[in-house]
Amino acid sequence: MAYHSFLLEPISCHSWNKDRTQIALCPNNHDVHIYKKDGTKWTKIHELKEHNGQVTGIDWAPESNRIVTCGTDRNAYVWSLKGEVWKPTLVILRINRAARCVSWSPKENKFAVGSGSRLISICYFEQENDWWVCKHIKKPIRSTVLSLDWHPNNVLLAAGSCDFKCRVFSAYIKEVEEKPGPTVWGSKMPFGEVLFESGPSGVSGGAGEGAGGGWVHGVCFSHSGNRLAWTSHDSTVAIAEGGKTSTISSLSSETLPLLCVSFITENSLVAAGHDCYPVLFVYDGTKGSVTFGGKLDVPKQTSQRGISARERFQNLDRRATSSETTEQGLESLHKNSISQISVLEGGKSKCSTFCTTGMDGGMVTWDVKVHTHTLHTHTV
Amino acid sequence: MSKNNDSNQFRKVDVDEYDENKFVDDEDNGESQVGPDEAEVDSLIRQGNLMEALQAVLKNPPINTKNQNDRAEALMLKVLSAFKSSDIEKAVQSLDKNGVDLLMKYIYKGFEKPSENSSATLLQWHEKALSAGGVGSIVRVLTARKTV
Repeated sequence: MAYHSFLLEPISCHSWNKDRTQIALCPNNHDVHIYKKDGTKWTKIHELKEHNGQVTGIDWAPESNRIVTCGTDRNAYVWSLKGEVWKPTLVILRINRAARCVSWSPKENKFAVGSGSRLISICYFEQENDWWVCKHIKKPIRSTVLSLDWHPNNVLLAAGSCDFKCRVFSAYIKEVEEKPGPTVWGSKMPFGEVLFESGPSGVSGGAGEGAGGGWVHGVCFSHSGNRLAWTSHDSTVAIAEGGKTSTISSLSSETLPLLCVSFITENSLVAAGHDCYPVLFVYDGTKGSVTFGGKLDVPKQTSQRGISARERFQNLDRRATSSETTEQGLESLHKNSISQISVLEGGKSKCSTFCTTGMDGGMVTWDVKVHTHTLHTHTV
Repeated sequence: MSKNNDSNQFRKVDVDEYDENKFVDDEDNGESQVGPDEAEVDSLIRQGNLMEALQAVLKNPPINTKNQNDRAEALMLKVLSAFKSSDIEKAVQSLDKNGVDLLMKYIYKGFEKPSENSSATLLQWHEKALSAGGVGSIVRVLTARKTV
Protein backbone atom coordinates (compact mmCIF):
# COMPACT_ATOMS: atom_id res chain seq x y z
CA MET A 1 0.00 0.00 0.00
CA ALA A 2 1.51 3.27 -1.00
CA TYR A 3 -0.12 6.59 -0.32
CA HIS A 4 0.79 9.51 -2.50
CA SER A 5 -0.68 12.92 -1.92
CA PHE A 6 -0.99 14.72 -5.20
CA LEU A 7 -2.69 17.85 -4.05
CA LEU A 8 -4.77 19.34 -1.32
CA GLU A 9 -7.80 19.61 -3.57
CA PRO A 10 -10.00 16.63 -4.31
CA ILE A 11 -9.08 14.55 -7.31
CA SER A 12 -12.24 14.68 -9.42
CA CYS A 13 -11.35 11.73 -11.61
CA HIS A 14 -8.32 9.83 -12.85
CA SER A 15 -7.21 7.32 -15.43
CA TRP A 16 -4.06 5.31 -16.01
CA ASN A 17 -2.25 4.64 -19.25
CA LYS A 18 -1.62 1.13 -20.53
CA ASP A 19 1.60 0.33 -18.70
CA ARG A 20 0.61 2.23 -15.57
CA THR A 21 3.50 4.66 -15.75
CA GLN A 22 1.39 7.72 -16.29
CA ILE A 23 -1.76 8.93 -14.63
CA ALA A 24 -4.12 11.60 -15.92
CA LEU A 25 -6.15 13.32 -13.27
CA CYS A 26 -8.24 16.39 -12.73
CA PRO A 27 -7.28 18.48 -9.71
CA ASN A 28 -10.79 19.85 -9.21
CA ASN A 29 -10.44 22.54 -11.88
CA HIS A 30 -10.84 22.89 -15.61
CA ASP A 31 -7.62 21.09 -16.53
CA VAL A 32 -6.26 17.62 -16.78
CA HIS A 33 -2.78 17.02 -15.46
CA ILE A 34 -0.70 14.07 -16.56
CA TYR A 35 1.89 12.81 -14.13
CA LYS A 36 4.67 10.41 -14.90
CA LYS A 37 6.16 8.00 -12.44
CA ASP A 38 9.88 8.32 -11.75
CA GLY A 39 10.72 5.63 -9.28
CA THR A 40 8.72 6.70 -6.29
CA LYS A 41 8.24 10.29 -7.35
CA TRP A 42 5.59 11.69 -9.63
CA THR A 43 6.37 14.55 -11.99
CA LYS A 44 3.83 16.52 -13.96
CA ILE A 45 4.60 16.27 -17.64
CA HIS A 46 1.49 17.61 -19.35
CA GLU A 47 -1.33 20.00 -18.69
CA LEU A 48 -4.37 19.61 -20.89
CA LYS A 49 -6.27 22.87 -20.91
CA GLU A 50 -9.34 23.02 -23.02
CA HIS A 51 -12.40 22.57 -20.87
CA ASN A 52 -14.40 25.52 -19.61
CA GLY A 53 -15.83 23.70 -16.68
CA GLN A 54 -14.71 21.15 -14.16
CA VAL A 55 -13.56 17.91 -15.76
CA THR A 56 -15.81 15.19 -14.40
CA GLY A 57 -14.59 12.14 -16.26
CA ILE A 58 -11.33 10.93 -17.82
CA ASP A 59 -10.68 7.66 -19.58
CA TRP A 60 -7.40 6.62 -21.17
CA ALA A 61 -7.71 4.01 -23.89
CA PRO A 62 -4.88 1.54 -23.38
CA GLU A 63 -4.45 0.31 -26.95
CA SER A 64 -5.00 3.39 -29.03
CA ASN A 65 -3.49 5.73 -26.42
CA ARG A 66 -6.24 8.30 -26.66
CA ILE A 67 -7.70 10.13 -23.71
CA VAL A 68 -11.33 11.18 -23.61
CA THR A 69 -12.40 13.80 -21.09
CA CYS A 70 -15.80 15.22 -20.31
CA GLY A 71 -16.78 18.12 -18.17
CA THR A 72 -19.43 20.36 -16.75
CA ASP A 73 -19.11 22.60 -19.81
CA ARG A 74 -21.28 20.00 -21.63
CA ASN A 75 -18.41 19.01 -23.93
CA ALA A 76 -16.13 16.07 -24.40
CA TYR A 77 -12.70 16.11 -25.99
CA VAL A 78 -10.73 13.25 -27.46
CA TRP A 79 -7.00 13.85 -27.00
CA SER A 80 -4.35 12.23 -29.19
CA LEU A 81 -0.66 12.38 -28.58
CA LYS A 82 1.07 14.06 -31.53
CA GLY A 83 4.74 13.97 -30.84
CA GLU A 84 5.13 15.40 -27.39
CA VAL A 85 1.85 17.27 -27.23
CA TRP A 86 -1.71 16.15 -26.62
CA LYS A 87 -4.08 17.61 -29.19
CA PRO A 88 -7.80 17.80 -28.46
CA THR A 89 -10.70 17.13 -30.78
CA LEU A 90 -14.06 18.46 -29.74
CA VAL A 91 -16.96 16.04 -29.61
CA ILE A 92 -20.41 17.61 -29.74
CA LEU A 93 -22.55 15.71 -27.29
CA ARG A 94 -25.78 17.66 -27.82
CA ILE A 95 -26.55 17.75 -24.12
CA ASN A 96 -27.88 20.69 -22.19
CA ARG A 97 -26.53 19.77 -18.77
CA ALA A 98 -23.13 18.77 -17.47
CA ALA A 99 -21.46 15.54 -18.51
CA ARG A 100 -20.79 13.31 -15.53
CA CYS A 101 -18.83 10.25 -16.56
CA VAL A 102 -17.14 8.86 -19.64
CA SER A 103 -15.86 5.45 -20.64
CA TRP A 104 -14.14 3.97 -23.70
CA SER A 105 -15.64 0.76 -24.99
CA PRO A 106 -13.40 -2.33 -24.79
CA LYS A 107 -12.52 -2.12 -28.51
CA GLU A 108 -12.00 1.65 -28.23
CA ASN A 109 -14.04 2.44 -31.30
CA LYS A 110 -16.68 4.30 -29.32
CA PHE A 111 -17.21 5.85 -25.94
CA ALA A 112 -20.18 6.60 -23.74
CA VAL A 113 -20.84 9.79 -21.80
CA GLY A 114 -23.38 9.97 -18.97
CA SER A 115 -24.84 13.37 -18.27
CA GLY A 116 -27.24 15.38 -16.21
CA SER A 117 -29.51 15.73 -19.24
CA ARG A 118 -30.91 12.33 -18.35
CA LEU A 119 -29.33 10.63 -21.32
CA ILE A 120 -26.25 8.73 -22.40
CA SER A 121 -24.36 9.85 -25.50
CA ILE A 122 -22.69 7.07 -27.43
CA CYS A 123 -20.01 8.63 -29.64
CA TYR A 124 -18.22 7.01 -32.54
CA PHE A 125 -15.90 8.28 -35.22
CA GLU A 126 -17.35 8.79 -38.67
CA GLN A 127 -14.64 8.34 -41.27
CA GLU A 128 -16.33 10.22 -44.14
CA ASN A 129 -16.71 13.41 -42.18
CA ASP A 130 -13.63 12.95 -40.04
CA TRP A 131 -15.71 13.83 -37.02
CA TRP A 132 -17.07 12.25 -33.87
CA VAL A 133 -20.84 11.88 -33.94
CA CYS A 134 -23.10 10.78 -31.16
CA LYS A 135 -26.34 8.94 -30.65
CA HIS A 136 -28.50 9.33 -27.58
CA ILE A 137 -30.04 6.78 -25.30
CA LYS A 138 -32.90 8.57 -23.58
CA LYS A 139 -35.70 6.27 -22.54
CA PRO A 140 -36.35 5.34 -19.81
CA ILE A 141 -33.70 7.28 -17.93
CA ARG A 142 -35.32 9.84 -15.68
CA SER A 143 -32.44 11.50 -13.95
CA THR A 144 -28.68 12.11 -14.10
CA VAL A 145 -26.54 9.19 -15.19
CA LEU A 146 -23.79 8.87 -12.60
CA SER A 147 -21.74 5.90 -13.70
CA LEU A 148 -21.11 3.70 -16.72
CA ASP A 149 -19.41 0.41 -17.45
CA TRP A 150 -19.07 -1.48 -20.71
CA HIS A 151 -19.66 -5.20 -21.14
CA PRO A 152 -16.70 -7.07 -22.70
CA ASN A 153 -18.70 -7.65 -25.90
CA ASN A 154 -18.39 -3.93 -26.74
CA VAL A 155 -22.15 -3.54 -27.14
CA LEU A 156 -23.80 -3.68 -23.76
CA LEU A 157 -23.46 -0.78 -21.37
CA ALA A 158 -24.45 -0.63 -17.72
CA ALA A 159 -25.58 2.72 -16.38
CA GLY A 160 -26.30 3.75 -12.83
CA SER A 161 -28.43 6.79 -12.41
CA CYS A 162 -30.03 9.13 -9.91
CA ASP A 163 -33.48 7.73 -10.58
CA PHE A 164 -32.44 4.91 -8.23
CA LYS A 165 -32.03 2.32 -10.97
CA CYS A 166 -29.21 0.44 -12.57
CA ARG A 167 -29.84 -0.57 -16.16
CA VAL A 168 -28.12 -2.45 -18.96
CA PHE A 169 -28.55 -0.87 -22.38
CA SER A 170 -27.53 -1.93 -25.80
CA ALA A 171 -25.21 0.55 -27.46
CA TYR A 172 -24.94 -1.28 -30.74
CA ILE A 173 -23.82 1.07 -33.51
CA LYS A 174 -24.21 -0.61 -36.85
CA GLU A 175 -21.75 1.74 -38.52
CA VAL A 176 -18.78 0.56 -36.55
CA GLU A 177 -19.44 -3.02 -35.63
CA GLU A 178 -21.22 -6.22 -36.48
CA LYS A 179 -24.23 -7.64 -34.84
CA PRO A 180 -23.26 -9.09 -31.49
CA GLY A 181 -24.00 -12.65 -30.50
CA PRO A 182 -26.47 -13.39 -27.74
CA THR A 183 -25.33 -13.01 -24.13
CA VAL A 184 -26.88 -13.90 -20.82
CA TRP A 185 -28.52 -10.51 -20.74
CA GLY A 186 -30.51 -11.06 -23.91
CA SER A 187 -30.18 -11.77 -27.59
CA LYS A 188 -32.02 -8.97 -29.35
CA MET A 189 -29.97 -5.84 -28.95
CA PRO A 190 -31.11 -2.91 -31.07
CA PHE A 191 -29.65 0.42 -30.10
CA GLY A 192 -31.10 1.83 -26.90
CA GLU A 193 -32.84 -1.35 -25.82
CA VAL A 194 -33.04 -1.87 -22.07
CA LEU A 195 -32.01 -5.41 -21.30
CA PHE A 196 -32.10 -5.17 -17.55
CA GLU A 197 -33.43 -2.75 -15.01
CA SER A 198 -33.07 -2.99 -11.27
CA GLY A 199 -35.27 -1.43 -8.69
CA PRO A 200 -38.64 -1.71 -7.02
CA SER A 201 -40.91 -1.53 -10.02
CA GLY A 202 -38.60 -3.55 -12.20
CA VAL A 203 -37.10 -6.89 -11.39
CA SER A 204 -36.35 -7.27 -7.76
CA GLY A 205 -35.47 -10.05 -5.44
CA GLY A 206 -34.29 -9.64 -1.88
CA ALA A 207 -35.72 -7.14 0.52
CA GLY A 208 -38.92 -5.79 -0.95
CA GLU A 209 -39.44 -3.36 1.90
CA GLY A 210 -36.07 -1.77 1.67
CA ALA A 211 -36.73 -0.95 -1.93
CA GLY A 212 -36.63 2.79 -1.49
CA GLY A 213 -33.26 2.79 -3.09
CA GLY A 214 -30.79 5.53 -3.52
CA TRP A 215 -28.77 7.05 -6.32
CA VAL A 216 -26.70 4.41 -8.01
CA HIS A 217 -23.16 5.68 -7.63
CA GLY A 218 -21.03 2.97 -9.16
CA VAL A 219 -21.59 0.07 -11.55
CA CYS A 220 -19.26 -2.63 -12.71
CA PHE A 221 -19.53 -5.67 -14.95
CA SER A 222 -17.51 -8.71 -13.97
CA HIS A 223 -14.74 -9.87 -16.26
CA SER A 224 -16.96 -12.32 -18.10
CA GLY A 225 -19.78 -9.82 -18.30
CA ASN A 226 -22.25 -12.21 -16.72
CA ARG A 227 -22.50 -10.38 -13.45
CA LEU A 228 -23.25 -6.78 -12.72
CA ALA A 229 -22.59 -5.07 -9.41
CA TRP A 230 -23.74 -1.66 -8.31
CA THR A 231 -23.56 0.44 -5.17
CA SER A 232 -26.21 2.83 -4.17
CA HIS A 233 -26.68 5.74 -1.83
CA ASP A 234 -28.79 3.81 0.65
CA SER A 235 -25.64 1.96 1.70
CA THR A 236 -26.38 -1.16 -0.28
CA VAL A 237 -24.35 -3.12 -2.73
CA ALA A 238 -26.16 -5.42 -5.13
CA ILE A 239 -25.16 -8.00 -7.69
CA ALA A 240 -27.32 -9.27 -10.51
CA GLU A 241 -26.65 -12.27 -12.66
CA GLY A 242 -27.68 -12.04 -16.24
CA GLY A 243 -30.13 -14.56 -17.55
CA LYS A 244 -31.90 -15.55 -14.39
CA THR A 245 -34.28 -12.67 -14.15
CA SER A 246 -34.95 -12.49 -10.50
CA THR A 247 -31.61 -13.02 -8.93
CA ILE A 248 -30.56 -9.75 -7.50
CA SER A 249 -28.66 -10.26 -4.30
CA SER A 250 -28.11 -7.21 -2.25
CA LEU A 251 -26.46 -6.45 1.00
CA SER A 252 -27.43 -3.54 3.17
CA SER A 253 -24.12 -2.57 4.62
CA GLU A 254 -23.51 -0.94 7.95
CA THR A 255 -21.24 1.68 6.52
CA LEU A 256 -21.75 5.01 4.86
CA PRO A 257 -22.68 4.89 1.17
CA LEU A 258 -20.13 3.44 -1.21
CA LEU A 259 -19.26 5.52 -4.24
CA CYS A 260 -17.33 3.18 -6.47
CA VAL A 261 -17.06 -0.53 -7.02
CA SER A 262 -14.97 -2.91 -9.06
CA PHE A 263 -14.83 -6.67 -9.48
CA ILE A 264 -11.45 -8.10 -8.62
CA THR A 265 -12.26 -11.73 -9.28
CA GLU A 266 -15.39 -13.27 -10.69
CA ASN A 267 -16.71 -13.73 -7.15
CA SER A 268 -15.44 -10.83 -5.17
CA LEU A 269 -15.52 -7.13 -5.44
CA VAL A 270 -13.94 -4.21 -3.76
CA ALA A 271 -15.86 -1.01 -3.08
CA ALA A 272 -15.08 2.28 -1.39
CA GLY A 273 -16.90 5.43 -0.54
CA HIS A 274 -17.65 7.91 2.15
CA ASP A 275 -16.08 5.77 4.83
CA CYS A 276 -12.64 6.40 3.36
CA TYR A 277 -11.47 2.80 3.23
CA PRO A 278 -12.01 0.06 0.66
CA VAL A 279 -14.05 -2.94 1.66
CA LEU A 280 -14.28 -6.36 0.20
CA PHE A 281 -17.50 -8.16 -0.67
CA VAL A 282 -17.78 -11.77 -1.62
CA TYR A 283 -20.55 -13.10 -3.82
CA ASP A 284 -21.71 -16.66 -3.64
CA GLY A 285 -23.29 -17.60 -6.94
CA THR A 286 -24.85 -20.81 -5.71
CA LYS A 287 -26.54 -19.22 -2.74
CA GLY A 288 -27.07 -15.90 -4.43
CA SER A 289 -25.79 -13.96 -1.48
CA VAL A 290 -23.42 -11.11 -0.98
CA THR A 291 -21.40 -11.08 2.19
CA PHE A 292 -19.12 -8.56 3.70
CA GLY A 293 -15.54 -9.72 3.36
CA GLY A 294 -13.76 -7.21 5.53
CA LYS A 295 -12.09 -3.85 5.51
CA LEU A 296 -8.99 -3.68 3.39
CA ASP A 297 -7.40 -0.90 5.37
CA VAL A 298 -6.35 -2.34 8.67
CA PRO A 299 -4.54 0.35 10.55
CA LYS A 300 -1.58 -0.53 12.70
CA GLN A 301 -2.56 -0.86 16.30
CA THR A 302 -1.23 2.13 18.15
CA SER A 303 0.05 1.38 21.59
CA GLN A 304 -2.53 1.90 24.24
CA ARG A 305 -1.23 4.26 26.79
CA GLY A 306 -2.97 5.09 30.02
CA ILE A 307 -5.34 8.01 29.99
CA SER A 308 -5.17 10.64 32.66
CA ALA A 309 -8.20 11.76 34.64
CA ARG A 310 -8.09 15.17 33.04
CA GLU A 311 -8.19 13.68 29.56
CA ARG A 312 -11.04 11.49 30.58
CA PHE A 313 -13.14 14.47 31.58
CA GLN A 314 -12.11 16.33 28.49
CA ASN A 315 -13.25 13.45 26.34
CA LEU A 316 -16.50 13.31 28.25
CA ASP A 317 -17.04 16.96 27.62
CA ARG A 318 -16.08 16.85 23.97
CA ARG A 319 -17.37 13.51 22.83
CA ALA A 320 -19.72 12.28 25.55
CA THR A 321 -17.67 9.13 26.02
CA SER A 322 -14.65 8.67 28.17
CA SER A 323 -13.16 6.18 25.78
CA GLU A 324 -9.71 4.76 26.22
CA THR A 325 -8.35 5.37 22.76
CA THR A 326 -7.95 8.93 21.64
CA GLU A 327 -9.11 8.49 18.09
CA GLN A 328 -7.90 11.78 16.88
CA GLY A 329 -8.91 11.35 13.31
CA LEU A 330 -9.57 8.74 10.74
CA GLU A 331 -7.29 5.80 10.98
CA SER A 332 -7.57 5.03 7.32
CA LEU A 333 -5.02 6.02 4.71
CA HIS A 334 -7.44 8.24 2.87
CA LYS A 335 -8.58 11.14 4.95
CA ASN A 336 -11.66 11.89 2.96
CA SER A 337 -14.17 10.05 0.81
CA ILE A 338 -12.83 7.80 -1.90
CA SER A 339 -14.46 8.65 -5.18
CA GLN A 340 -12.90 6.30 -7.72
CA ILE A 341 -11.33 2.85 -7.88
CA SER A 342 -9.35 1.59 -10.83
CA VAL A 343 -7.84 -1.81 -11.40
CA LEU A 344 -4.14 -1.58 -12.10
CA GLU A 345 -2.96 -5.09 -12.63
CA GLY A 346 -4.59 -8.39 -13.29
CA GLY A 347 -7.79 -7.13 -14.86
CA LYS A 348 -11.19 -7.74 -13.32
CA SER A 349 -10.70 -11.46 -13.13
CA LYS A 350 -7.53 -11.73 -11.09
CA CYS A 351 -6.77 -8.29 -9.86
CA SER A 352 -3.55 -8.00 -7.93
CA THR A 353 -3.33 -4.26 -7.55
CA PHE A 354 -5.88 -1.52 -7.59
CA CYS A 355 -5.77 2.18 -6.95
CA THR A 356 -8.11 4.60 -5.23
CA THR A 357 -8.34 8.37 -5.42
CA GLY A 358 -10.38 10.59 -3.26
CA MET A 359 -11.48 13.94 -2.05
CA ASP A 360 -8.36 14.32 0.00
CA GLY A 361 -6.25 14.68 -3.14
CA GLY A 362 -4.39 11.48 -2.45
CA MET A 363 -3.94 8.29 -4.37
CA VAL A 364 -3.31 4.90 -2.81
CA THR A 365 -2.27 1.73 -4.57
CA TRP A 366 -3.42 -1.43 -2.84
CA ASP A 367 -2.06 -4.93 -3.23
CA VAL A 368 -4.61 -7.66 -3.17
CA LYS A 369 -2.15 -10.47 -2.39
CA VAL A 370 -1.39 -9.04 1.02
CA HIS A 371 -4.99 -9.40 2.01
CA THR A 372 -5.61 -12.90 0.77
CA HIS A 373 -6.29 -14.02 4.29
CA THR A 374 -9.44 -11.95 4.19
CA LEU A 375 -10.60 -13.38 0.89
CA HIS A 376 -12.76 -16.42 1.26
CA THR A 377 -11.93 -19.20 -1.12
CA HIS A 378 -14.85 -20.31 -3.20
CA THR A 379 -15.03 -23.13 -5.64
CA VAL A 380 -16.01 -21.43 -8.85
CA MET B 1 -34.92 41.65 -21.78
CA SER B 2 -34.30 43.45 -18.53
CA LYS B 3 -33.17 46.68 -20.04
CA ASN B 4 -35.17 49.33 -18.28
CA ASN B 5 -34.29 48.27 -14.77
CA ASP B 6 -31.75 45.94 -13.26
CA SER B 7 -34.34 43.30 -12.83
CA ASN B 8 -33.07 39.86 -12.08
CA GLN B 9 -36.51 38.34 -12.02
CA PHE B 10 -35.78 36.20 -15.02
CA ARG B 11 -33.29 34.32 -12.92
CA LYS B 12 -36.07 33.06 -10.74
CA VAL B 13 -37.89 31.31 -13.56
CA ASP B 14 -37.68 27.56 -13.09
CA VAL B 15 -36.93 26.41 -16.63
CA ASP B 16 -37.30 22.76 -15.71
CA GLU B 17 -40.99 23.28 -14.99
CA TYR B 18 -41.56 23.76 -18.69
CA ASP B 19 -39.62 20.71 -19.74
CA GLU B 20 -41.93 18.01 -21.04
CA ASN B 21 -39.56 15.28 -19.86
CA LYS B 22 -39.79 16.44 -16.30
CA PHE B 23 -39.29 13.80 -13.63
CA VAL B 24 -42.54 12.97 -11.98
CA ASP B 25 -42.23 10.88 -8.89
CA ASP B 26 -44.30 7.73 -9.02
CA GLU B 27 -46.05 7.81 -5.70
CA ASP B 28 -47.82 4.66 -4.73
CA ASN B 29 -50.54 6.29 -2.79
CA GLY B 30 -53.02 3.50 -2.63
CA GLU B 31 -51.00 1.11 -0.50
CA SER B 32 -53.17 -1.66 0.76
CA GLN B 33 -51.14 -2.21 3.89
CA VAL B 34 -53.24 -0.70 6.60
CA GLY B 35 -50.77 -0.71 9.39
CA PRO B 36 -50.25 -2.85 12.44
CA ASP B 37 -53.23 -4.28 14.18
CA GLU B 38 -53.93 -2.08 17.18
CA ALA B 39 -56.03 -4.47 19.15
CA GLU B 40 -53.51 -7.24 18.79
CA VAL B 41 -50.63 -5.05 19.85
CA ASP B 42 -52.52 -3.62 22.81
CA SER B 43 -53.42 -7.02 24.11
CA LEU B 44 -49.85 -8.21 23.77
CA ILE B 45 -48.60 -5.24 25.74
CA ARG B 46 -51.10 -5.86 28.50
CA GLN B 47 -50.10 -9.48 28.67
CA GLY B 48 -46.53 -8.39 29.15
CA ASN B 49 -45.39 -10.22 26.02
CA LEU B 50 -43.31 -7.34 24.79
CA MET B 51 -41.16 -9.15 22.22
CA GLU B 52 -44.24 -10.34 20.39
CA ALA B 53 -45.70 -6.85 20.57
CA LEU B 54 -42.60 -5.46 18.92
CA GLN B 55 -42.76 -8.00 16.12
CA ALA B 56 -46.45 -7.31 15.62
CA VAL B 57 -46.08 -3.58 15.45
CA LEU B 58 -43.28 -3.90 12.94
CA LYS B 59 -45.37 -6.06 10.65
CA ASN B 60 -47.21 -4.31 7.84
CA PRO B 61 -45.76 -0.87 8.04
CA PRO B 62 -48.06 1.65 6.40
CA ILE B 63 -46.10 3.28 3.66
CA ASN B 64 -46.73 6.84 2.56
CA THR B 65 -50.28 7.17 3.83
CA LYS B 66 -50.79 10.11 6.12
CA ASN B 67 -53.30 9.20 8.86
CA GLN B 68 -52.31 5.63 9.28
CA ASN B 69 -48.72 6.69 9.69
CA ASP B 70 -49.56 8.76 12.74
CA ARG B 71 -51.58 5.97 14.29
CA ALA B 72 -48.83 3.48 13.68
CA GLU B 73 -46.29 5.86 15.11
CA ALA B 74 -48.29 6.38 18.30
CA LEU B 75 -48.66 2.64 18.68
CA MET B 76 -44.95 2.15 18.11
CA LEU B 77 -44.15 4.66 20.80
CA LYS B 78 -46.40 2.84 23.25
CA VAL B 79 -44.63 -0.44 22.60
CA LEU B 80 -41.18 1.07 22.83
CA SER B 81 -41.89 2.82 26.13
CA ALA B 82 -43.34 -0.36 27.58
CA PHE B 83 -39.95 -2.07 27.37
CA LYS B 84 -37.60 -2.03 30.32
CA SER B 85 -34.18 -0.54 29.59
CA SER B 86 -32.38 -3.80 30.14
CA ASP B 87 -34.60 -5.63 27.67
CA ILE B 88 -34.05 -3.23 24.80
CA GLU B 89 -30.84 -4.84 23.65
CA LYS B 90 -32.32 -8.31 23.52
CA ALA B 91 -35.31 -7.05 21.57
CA VAL B 92 -33.10 -5.39 19.00
CA GLN B 93 -31.04 -8.56 18.61
CA SER B 94 -34.18 -10.50 17.84
CA LEU B 95 -34.91 -8.40 14.78
CA ASP B 96 -33.50 -9.15 11.37
CA LYS B 97 -31.83 -6.55 9.19
CA ASN B 98 -35.04 -5.23 7.69
CA GLY B 99 -36.58 -5.04 11.14
CA VAL B 100 -33.70 -2.96 12.42
CA ASP B 101 -34.05 -0.61 9.43
CA LEU B 102 -37.77 -0.27 10.04
CA LEU B 103 -37.22 0.30 13.74
CA MET B 104 -34.74 3.05 12.91
CA LYS B 105 -37.35 4.68 10.67
CA TYR B 106 -39.90 4.71 13.46
CA ILE B 107 -37.33 6.06 15.92
CA TYR B 108 -36.55 9.00 13.70
CA LYS B 109 -40.22 9.57 13.07
CA GLY B 110 -40.66 9.69 16.82
CA PHE B 111 -37.87 12.23 17.14
CA GLU B 112 -39.79 14.52 14.83
CA LYS B 113 -42.61 14.95 17.30
CA PRO B 114 -41.19 14.78 20.82
CA SER B 115 -43.57 14.30 23.69
CA GLU B 116 -42.86 14.13 27.42
CA ASN B 117 -40.72 11.10 27.91
CA SER B 118 -40.43 9.91 24.39
CA SER B 119 -37.03 11.33 23.59
CA ALA B 120 -35.25 9.56 26.39
CA THR B 121 -36.67 6.14 25.51
CA LEU B 122 -36.12 6.76 21.83
CA LEU B 123 -32.51 7.68 22.44
CA GLN B 124 -31.92 4.45 24.31
CA TRP B 125 -33.49 2.50 21.48
CA HIS B 126 -31.46 4.50 18.99
CA GLU B 127 -28.21 3.56 20.67
CA LYS B 128 -29.02 -0.12 20.59
CA ALA B 129 -30.36 -0.05 17.07
CA LEU B 130 -27.25 1.80 15.93
CA SER B 131 -24.96 -0.85 17.29
CA ALA B 132 -27.02 -3.48 15.50
CA GLY B 133 -27.57 -1.74 12.20
CA GLY B 134 -24.59 0.55 11.96
CA VAL B 135 -24.49 3.91 10.24
CA GLY B 136 -25.93 2.24 7.15
CA SER B 137 -29.35 1.89 8.75
CA ILE B 138 -29.45 5.63 9.42
CA VAL B 139 -28.44 6.32 5.83
CA ARG B 140 -31.32 4.12 4.74
CA VAL B 141 -33.73 6.18 6.85
CA LEU B 142 -32.49 9.34 5.16
CA THR B 143 -32.66 7.97 1.63
CA ALA B 144 -35.89 6.05 2.00
CA ARG B 145 -38.54 7.17 -0.42
CA LYS B 146 -41.32 5.20 1.20
CA THR B 147 -41.64 6.85 4.56
CA VAL B 148 -43.30 5.02 7.34
